[in-house]
Amino acid sequence: MAEMKTAAYICSGCGIGERVSTAQMAKIAQKEGKMALVREHACLCDESGVQTIKDDIEKEAVTHIVLAACSRRVKTEAFNFPTVAMARANIREGVIWSQPEDAEHAETTQEMADDYVRMGCAEVKKMKVPEGNPNRASNKRILVVGGGVSGMTSALEMAEAGYDTVLVEKSGALGGWAAELVKRVPSQQPYADPADTGVAELAAKVAAHPRIALHLNSTIAQTDGAPGRFSVSIAQESGATVTEEVGALIQATGFTPYDMMKLPELGAGKSPNVVDQLGLEKLVKAANGGAVKRPSDGGEVKRVVFIQCAGQRDESQETEGRHLPYCSGHCCATSIKQAMYFKDANPDIDTMVMYTDLRVPGTGEDFYRSGQQKGVTFTKGKTSSVEAAGNACKVSFKDLILNEDVAIEADLVVLATGMVANSGMNIDIPEEEVEKMEVKPISILNLNYRQGKDMPQLKSGFTDSHFICFPYETRRTGIYAAGPVRRPMDMTQAIEDATGAAMKAIQAVENASLGRAAHPRSGDLSYPIVRLEGCTQCKRCTVECPFGAIDEDEKRFPVFNESRCRRCGTCMGACPVRVISFENYSVDTVGMQIKSVDMPDEFSEKPRILILACENDAYPALDMAGLQRKAYSAFVRAIPVRCLGSVNTIWITDALNGGWDGVMMMGCKKGDDYQCHFVKGSEMASYRMSKVDDTLKQMGLETERVATYEVAITDIERVPQLINDYAEKIKEIGMSPMKGFA
Amino acid sequence: MSASIATNQTILVVGGGISGMTAALEAAECGKQVILAEKLPTLGGRTALLYRYFPKMCHPVCGLEINLRRLKGNRNVRVLTMAEVSAISGTRGDYTATLKIAPRYVNEKCTGCGDCGKAVTAEIPNPFNYGLDKMKAAYLPHGMAYPQRYVLDPSIVGTPDGEAAKAACKVGAIDLGMQEETIELKVGAVVWATGWKPYDAAKIQPYGYDRFANVITSVEFERMCDPHGPTGGKILRPSDGKEAKNVAFIQCAGSRDENHLRHCSRICCMASLKQTQYVREAWGDEGKSTIYYIDIRAIDRFEDFYQMVQRDSTVSFIKSKVAKIVQDEKTGDVVLHGVDTEGYKRYATPHDLAVLAVGMEPSIKGVSLPADIVLDSSGFIETAGDGMFSAGCATNALDVNRAVQNATAASLRAIQVINKTASMEKA
Repeated sequence: MAEMKTAAYICSGCGIGERVSTAQMAKIAQKEGKMALVREHACLCDESGVQTIKDDIEKEAVTHIVLAACSRRVKTEAFNFPTVAMARANIREGVIWSQPEDAEHAETTQEMADDYVRMGCAEVKKMKVPEGNPNRASNKRILVVGGGVSGMTSALEMAEAGYDTVLVEKSGALGGWAAELVKRVPSQQPYADPADTGVAELAAKVAAHPRIALHLNSTIAQTDGAPGRFSVSIAQESGATVTEEVGALIQATGFTPYDMMKLPELGAGKSPNVVDQLGLEKLVKAANGGAVKRPSDGGEVKRVVFIQCAGQRDESQETEGRHLPYCSGHCCATSIKQAMYFKDANPDIDTMVMYTDLRVPGTGEDFYRSGQQKGVTFTKGKTSSVEAAGNACKVSFKDLILNEDVAIEADLVVLATGMVANSGMNIDIPEEEVEKMEVKPISILNLNYRQGKDMPQLKSGFTDSHFICFPYETRRTGIYAAGPVRRPMDMTQAIEDATGAAMKAIQAVENASLGRAAHPRSGDLSYPIVRLEGCTQCKRCTVECPFGAIDEDEKRFPVFNESRCRRCGTCMGACPVRVISFENYSVDTVGMQIKSVDMPDEFSEKPRILILACENDAYPALDMAGLQRKAYSAFVRAIPVRCLGSVNTIWITDALNGGWDGVMMMGCKKGDDYQCHFVKGSEMASYRMSKVDDTLKQMGLETERVATYEVAITDIERVPQLINDYAEKIKEIGMSPMKGFA
Repeated sequence: MSASIATNQTILVVGGGISGMTAALEAAECGKQVILAEKLPTLGGRTALLYRYFPKMCHPVCGLEINLRRLKGNRNVRVLTMAEVSAISGTRGDYTATLKIAPRYVNEKCTGCGDCGKAVTAEIPNPFNYGLDKMKAAYLPHGMAYPQRYVLDPSIVGTPDGEAAKAACKVGAIDLGMQEETIELKVGAVVWATGWKPYDAAKIQPYGYDRFANVITSVEFERMCDPHGPTGGKILRPSDGKEAKNVAFIQCAGSRDENHLRHCSRICCMASLKQTQYVREAWGDEGKSTIYYIDIRAIDRFEDFYQMVQRDSTVSFIKSKVAKIVQDEKTGDVVLHGVDTEGYKRYATPHDLAVLAVGMEPSIKGVSLPADIVLDSSGFIETAGDGMFSAGCATNALDVNRAVQNATAASLRAIQVINKTASMEKA
């Protein structure tokens, strides 16, 4: 590797030169920052500025550069120098735009700019150009678990894009529940009639595709490895096990219909004439084109009642935990379709859909209209009971329009019971509780991961990904969920979802083969490097990693699976002995910045407040505060961090020991509605910081000297306010007594 | 500029909202070359104009920031703003797209310093706030605008204001002579992510959107509640600036109506449920929200959110299609007339403000398109031909989550075309 040669570029454009002395900044870069080359430029992002930097890289063999100009978030096209390490000192948004433009503030504004130059120089000297995960592997086959519509779609779409695919299905045939359907809800205009399911055609295509290897009657016995190098043991019906080497996985394990036997009040189990939606499909299939007969006696069916939301949208869930709290989304349209089975065969059959809210979004509205035209009746009502009455059923309900209790007779009652996700084991349930369970949960993926055998689940047992903007991002890199296993959905959506999941799986194998990170730091070539000789086997990194990337070996040392890693740095933040780092982001790249600033003495009335800001939300909010010229205290110095989870407490103690008067940590919202892009990062940080008070007390410092805030990217007004309030507080409690000891 | 920036291995994505950005980025992160064309001066689309997302009540620009960072870090995507596709010819694996690029009057030298904005005096209605306020005619669309480059409104070109902007720019970024450009691109596959527009509320005559100041649309209300919007986040009546504490939300304003939009726009129920929480955020227990609805379509996991709002004592629900709205000239109140179908009671209820939950109309409706593209009865793209695909709300009325899923799927479909073209060329 070439010898390090540093250079600093001080821009005086955008008013920087008018507000601060760039000559002084240049001097600091040279004298204190020890930069080998220092240049000033009137507009660094213009052609000549960029060319200057390029020339220095080529002709002067510069390897490390500091740009003291605008925020790292802007002018990224101009400042694109992938071959060198680069630090950007944010003089524009972070200094001149955030400070009032008057003589009174000139001195503190200059101090801010000077410090950011010092920090940039300190940071860059500890950075290396990332070279990519050396343990990369490039198996590009993709395995799909589940042979229903979702799984078949994923497999076929990947195969059509040129990727070899392995499809594992536990039953003896492809098709899943969809194969049981007589017809499907239409997905094309005029959205008027039930349509062919297309399942047989899809299954035939999958079975015949040269790029798809099929394993029927098979389950996953064990999954080892990481993106690019998964090794999956497949247990076959015969008892034999075969191993497939793949680069990524898709879990399309679908759903189980909610058990209608849990609904005796709706007549389930009381009369053979009460069925669920799949039960009705079976009756229609069995009738083989003829009229559907009443199951109890084979009598004529004159009236069918469809009861929506049976065991769903159960508001009592919180108090009694009885049925499903959610809506399954497809059931309204499915009941309309099933009512059409009858109406299309014989318009004289009375079909009634009993609902509270009829949910047929989008072009489903046309299908609803078609149902009305065909004479299906829709009653807004809430069923109180279904009882067997001879060969008929008595359905008692409250008519919500007429506001009265009504009872009618029906020959057939269809309960729309909803979907329960086949997610496998809930890895958040502690082992001792699993021990006590009568029916032991069965794992689907059998991941040989330290953090558990299946993907983490969300509320109501759906498999991972709570993002709105990034719906595919699970907490198990290279493993994607598709179809109703992750959200209740109809067939049209499942097909879209499965195609999208296929896209992400392809991307995962491509990125893994290049040693790059997956979302949200996609393309990041840095990776965690651990110095095992210093490791104390405390296991914090293996426990805290939000993505289950770190296992343990037999000696309890952490085993990093780099291609499972999302580069958030939570492990680095967790490590008490600081042996984990990234090439361009480490305990040192931040630690040296903290140590580099000029620390005014105790009597200066110039406190110094360190801000560690999440680069995804808090740091952009600071930038935008600058863009809108919202002024905040000149005593702060902000350092962007990959995630608050990456904050190592040594930074805090170093800062306090070094005489900083306060530390503000700004991260994303945690909890159920988390906004942390690394899911658990901000939660981990908050947990760690809950213990920082003890450290402060030991140091004889006030606990207010460290404060944690949840900051959203839109907090453009709030962030300056938080800063100013905190600066006031520091003024109240006084300057740190630790100054001058470092 | 011509074919040099694109080949038949390139994917053209039309539309730079969240769906288009997603389709472009997913393909680019697979190593594919992509051109992302957006007709406005900035990426971000409609989601950038939302204050919060349901059901997490998080901020859309948070995801935009990540997508922009993905974009900045990926050299496979080339972004063209102010670019509209005017024609496409050819077939799968071999299309020629003609794009018209409107003049921005500001070149890539712009640093975003804002000096031109300060120098200009003319103001224009702010399209990013649906015209509810004004902004300078030299402007950065919003804080998250990408590219972070100013725009000069054509109205000041050739005026002293235009010259003032040019004189103020220290880096020579203003080019008043910029002309509309036409470029042709060779591309292998096209993804149409042209999105949606709010249905024209004035067409719903009985609701008086064009006659009554205090009848506004849900997208306008969204801007009003945003602290960075035209009222600084205050919920105020347009007629008199009075605090609007008693707000009516009218569902299916245009949707589920064969005279207007025959489809259900899917997002409006959740959007209104979300907006009741803005009223609560602003006024606490003093606020009052009333939702007039036919069905509350809080589908799948969104049901939780509906139940949470139902428990909110400041929110009430009336099952009714509102028949008409009249604004009381003296008080400025809007009076809603109709029949509560639960119990068949007539009502004439005054509110401070009526918010019409306007439906989604596909943006592409009415635009002249290549013959391959078949629209359904609502104007959504049903099929787009062999090598062209639709993504997001161009396909159907979708929420953000589903639009992103759909766009990710569209991205793979485009890749299939590119990969097959590539393997055929090799063979």
